[in-house]
Amino acid sequence: MKKLFALLVAVLLVSGVQAQQKSDLPNVTIKNLQGKDVNIAKLSNNGKPFVMTFWATWCGPCIKEHNALDEVYADWKAETGVKIYSVSIDDSRSTAKVKPFVEGKGWDFEVLLDTNKDLARAMNVSNPPYTFLFDGQGKLVYQHSGYFEGAENDLYEEILNLKK
Amino acid sequence: MRRVLLPLLIFVLSGVQILHAQSFLENAQINGSFQTDAQYYRLDEGIDITDLYGKKLGINGFGKVNYSYGNFSAGMRFEAFLPELNGFRQELNGVGLANFFATYDNGFIGVTVGDVYDQFGSGLVFRSYEEWSLGMDNALRGVRTIIRPTQGVTLKGVYGRQRFFWAPYNERDFAADDYRGIVRGVDGEWDLNQSITSMNDSEFRVSLGASFVSKKQYDQSLFYYIPENVGAAAGRINLGYGRFAFSTEYAYKINDPSAINNFIYKNGQALLSSLSYSQKGLGIVLQVKRTDNMSFKSMYTATQNDLDINFIPPINYTHTHSLPSMYTYSTQPNGEMAGQFQINYTIPKGTALGGKYGTKLALNMSQVNDIVRDSVMDNGHLVLNKKGTLGYSSNFFAVSDHRFFRDINFEIDKKINKDWHVTAQYINLFYDIATIEGHAGAPDVKANIGFLDVTYKIDKRQSIRFELQGLWENEVHKGYEVNEDEKKDFQKRGDWAAALVEYTITPHWSFSIGDKWNYGNPVPEFRDHYFTGTVSYLHDATRIMLSGGRQSEGVVCVGGVCRTVPASSGVSLTISTSF
Repeated sequence: MKKLFALLVAVLLVSGVQAQQKSDLPNVTIKNLQGKDVNIAKLSNNGKPFVMTFWATWCGPCIKEHNALDEVYADWKAETGVKIYSVSIDDSRSTAKVKPFVEGKGWDFEVLLDTNKDLARAMNVSNPPYTFLFDGQGKLVYQHSGYFEGAENDLYEEILNLKK
Repeated sequence: MRRVLLPLLIFVLSGVQILHAQSFLENAQINGSFQTDAQYYRLDEGIDITDLYGKKLGINGFGKVNYSYGNFSAGMRFEAFLPELNGFRQELNGVGLANFFATYDNGFIGVTVGDVYDQFGSGLVFRSYEEWSLGMDNALRGVRTIIRPTQGVTLKGVYGRQRFFWAPYNERDFAADDYRGIVRGVDGEWDLNQSITSMNDSEFRVSLGASFVSKKQYDQSLFYYIPENVGAAAGRINLGYGRFAFSTEYAYKINDPSAINNFIYKNGQALLSSLSYSQKGLGIVLQVKRTDNMSFKSMYTATQNDLDINFIPPINYTHTHSLPSMYTYSTQPNGEMAGQFQINYTIPKGTALGGKYGTKLALNMSQVNDIVRDSVMDNGHLVLNKKGTLGYSSNFFAVSDHRFFRDINFEIDKKINKDWHVTAQYINLFYDIATIEGHAGAPDVKANIGFLDVTYKIDKRQSIRFELQGLWENEVHKGYEVNEDEKKDFQKRGDWAAALVEYTITPHWSFSIGDKWNYGNPVPEFRDHYFTGTVSYLHDATRIMLSGGRQSEGVVCVGGVCRTVPASSGVSLTISTSF
């Protein structure tokens, strides 16, 4: 009887633990610019929020968005500790170009390569640019399709909301 | 005690079951997306649309749902083409559950059953993917297993049949010309830096990979002996040292006679290499490619963008503005020698030329030529590309004088001050339209193209963007003589001008009007205007776009795979959302 009770408690505990671990990050592994495997489910930013933005070297609005984010990124980091993951969906015709492209533009984001759109599919991104904001626990709080001039200000408001 | 225990056990176990079932829903993630692209077509004699062939409306739509719970995930996609939009394959017409899968992946082993998307290396021997905007999907319905025995080592195996529009997967319907074979492949990748502790933080990075893929197909040919098993293998190396990176992949395929290669029995080869240097503010990349008879399809009779097992990436700049992208290169499956060079440089902030925000420059050069083909002996005769023979021999390093494509372009991207942003590009283009688009005998496109894209921020919420573009051909102008029977090959040729104004109210609204004018077409009746107006609405994950006007004949390309879009006139609507 006691054993059964213990088992029941254990099961409850396990499900409780699982509930706490809930995050909206899919279990997909892609590579970073150094060729290292990155499991998206394990992405974090030391409990601080992080942005994940999908782009490609051939996507005009994406480059506008990245340039705009690049201008404010240093301030954002200092004020909120936010981190930006920039996920390139360039396929093998341009994967080799992504690193020189990013460096040549002078961007400071953590760049990941989603060469066969595994992550884009898991996160339902059909057209770049597409931006997600996750809180410190990896829970999705905001997403936005497309980019209009100045849209980064709205994203920043969402980031500031998380600080409250 | 026992009498009590058993029912209690059942009770507790069922309680556990319920708990599990609840957590299965409560702690799971469910997400998905929907998209509908619809177009209403109308007659427009101004651009020669005098018959709609009974199609006034085309609708492409999909809805997909993903479910995931810990290491388990599953999903499905429902598609409807009722009927398909113009320019999409007619075989897509239909409705149904096009795609489903279930995956378990605990980091050590991952198994997927159902429709598999994957890529080995750069895809030279295997890539299955889906591109909605092209109506292309070569998902492999079957099984994929991934094993990661130690950090840095990944082994993969795939097995299945490819999607062929709506054709059933289980029957071989030879009567309906469905000779699809089975595709199976294995791939291994070893990243030394991740697997060898002493190399973890080394500046020197090495990873190696190898793949083998084969198809089993059914010989239904009356004229040729079709090999029932065709194998292809590839090896790759990625090296990095500090700011330098080098990667190369070589692939080899045994004899694979098909409708694409004119039923020759020659082997196929492909080589793709790139070398790059990058530091903050400067990126340089050089790429070379050679492909020879590397079309690899799971049905030897297929001739279009369907049933590709591999992916031959084109290596050239992808333009996004309407006039520069009018002549987009698409990969020639039977052979190419290609090279590309690109520099991205940012003139630093605070310098005379960099100004307050820095100035971004980019230079790109790419060229694609044919390979050289020499005759081979067949039954005592010299033959060249003759059906049923070895076809030809080809010197690996020889470049043919036949040039398919060349693009030299220079871009400047400058934020002038808080309110003004300018992007300008000049492009010098050579495009062998006879080979690439099948307009036999039509003169090559040799053109200078330029655009100026200016954005002005009115205030924090409003901005206005102007776009001016021009395309000027060197030889084909207003005065160029065109015979009556060649006219159809001169649609869209000659000089163009385009202008567009877009007004945006962030975060939701955008309104634009534009015109493209083929004012310098050698054929007077093709000197048409293509007016369009577009309204877009964005709200979080939702995008709604309504546009009306004329669309010129053109090619839509994603990843070097293209589909031709016929000229049309009417109203189109796109709605997409995800949750």
